[in-house]
Amino acid sequence: MSDHINIKLPEGSIEKQTTTLNLGPTHPATHGVFQNILELDGERIIKTESTVGYIHRAFEKIAERRPLYQITTLTDRLNYCSSPINNMGWHLTCEKLLGVKTPKRVDYLRVIIMELARISDHLICNSIVGVDTGAYTGFLYVMQYRELIYEIYEEVCGSRLTTNMGRIGGFERNFSDTAFIRLEKFLAEYPKVQQELEDLFARNRIFVERTKGTGAISAERALNYSFTGPNLRAAGVDYDVRVHSPYSSYEDFDFIIPVGTSGDNYDRFMVRNSEIWESLSIIRQAYQKVQNFKGAEADIFHADAPEYYLPEKGDVYTKMEALIWHFKIVMGETEIPSGEVYMSVEGGNGELGFYLISDGGRSPYRLHFRRPCFIYYQAYEEIVRGSMLSDAIITLSSMNLIAGEMDA
Amino acid sequence: MPLGNDVVKTKLLEQFGEVLTEWEEQYGMISFTAPRELNLKVLNFLYDSSELSFKFLTDLTGVHYPDRKGEELCVVYHLHNLVENARIRFKVYAPVETPDIYTASGLFSGANWMERETYDFYGINFVGHPNLKRVLNVDEMDYFPMRKEFPLEDQTRVDKDDEMFGR
Repeated sequence: MSDHINIKLPEGSIEKQTTTLNLGPTHPATHGVFQNILELDGERIIKTESTVGYIHRAFEKIAERRPLYQITTLTDRLNYCSSPINNMGWHLTCEKLLGVKTPKRVDYLRVIIMELARISDHLICNSIVGVDTGAYTGFLYVMQYRELIYEIYEEVCGSRLTTNMGRIGGFERNFSDTAFIRLEKFLAEYPKVQQELEDLFARNRIFVERTKGTGAISAERALNYSFTGPNLRAAGVDYDVRVHSPYSSYEDFDFIIPVGTSGDNYDRFMVRNSEIWESLSIIRQAYQKVQNFKGAEADIFHADAPEYYLPEKGDVYTKMEALIWHFKIVMGETEIPSGEVYMSVEGGNGELGFYLISDGGRSPYRLHFRRPCFIYYQAYEEIVRGSMLSDAIITLSSMNLIAGEMDA
Repeated sequence: MPLGNDVVKTKLLEQFGEVLTEWEEQYGMISFTAPRELNLKVLNFLYDSSELSFKFLTDLTGVHYPDRKGEELCVVYHLHNLVENARIRFKVYAPVETPDIYTASGLFSGANWMERETYDFYGINFVGHPNLKRVLNVDEMDYFPMRKEFPLEDQTRVDKDDEMFGR
């Protein structure tokens, strides 16, 4: 049965001195669906060819037929490690286009949720870097505490991973007492765990030697590659959308932007680590501000935007206007003002931008997501060229590549 | 002095004159259109000029306007001056028959995949691009799916009998 006629080896493949290795698309070490065809000389990478798009779902096209509020569910599925940031980034884009002004309390609640999402995003990334350097414990241990974050989401919006949280103008309902109790629980329990995670890795000799000096990119190259987020900051550029173009009242908070120097895997780890501490501090400040609202102000959880914000269900049954708005919103019969708007938020991976063109119809004429992952993944080839295969794996996870965001 | 939109506009008009058109300012961001053969010149000027120095390419994407005869396809650049924190938007139009636009990937390494994506969805041919092939869609695809002639399925269509999904 040795019928080898059908096996065609590429020409010259027997004589050549290098090895071609197909890493992915579904390889456990890639943590996502993307393929790298590596050309190896021993264990050293000479060339990489990256293929993406395995989970491309044409979100930009789908969005052209959907009313604004239905697009939120698409944004969930971009960077699914921090969906609430995407949701709120989208809502902020809509609010910018529609000229909706959100009350301060809504902004602060959003900040709490967005920073929780950032923590969960960085937590995954950092603990996965740990896994790839051989320390599985950290990953399993911190998952329990990511669970606390997900329980807060669950209490706020009902779902955990693809949250579809909030509405244009605010939240679908006020935060319950349980949500705040869970938030307090998280704020009380988590810092200790974060410290433990940091202690486990930051000065661990194995970890340091695996990550220091590997996967490095200079600030100039990073900027030229349009890097944003922790990956750019690890290279030493202090660009953060939260500070440069504050949204959702980030200007009211006191926090620093951690930066690295060498842009290598270790710096990326440390920048994310420090950002978690900053996020915790922002959450505390925001929670404090939320608690300072008294009386009627403490019940505000959405802006007054009847054309886009679904009315209270009880009102729909009893009030004419509410019924009309409800119908118009659900049927997607609200016309959007025409205009072009670019809005960006600091997502888990960097500047998550929404470029929305409206021609006055009921759905966007064109919606483009600026997905940081997609943009910085192209630098992977340059970063790993000449490095060891095992370092390339760490680089892959420390850049925090999320296939959902890359492929959109 | 912070880099205001009017300064950007004055500088650009000084350099290029009236060929830059469609100046508008929406939601605080200035936007203009350049002839497509000038796109690299404009990008280079914005990059090199010491006062403007828009050295960060935030985003590059395409748009299809089937009603704009002779300039159906549009490439939109979003540039950012990180020091002054100023953003601008800049557009180039090309006809759908010959959608040739010079690549910006020589200036911005990050433009490489963004242009591939734009090519993938709109078929804009970035002249001089080192590796212009599809990035998100399959290589065998022979059309450009984000163009407006490919509408999404009408959700109210009734001619489809689908027992499983109850339409």
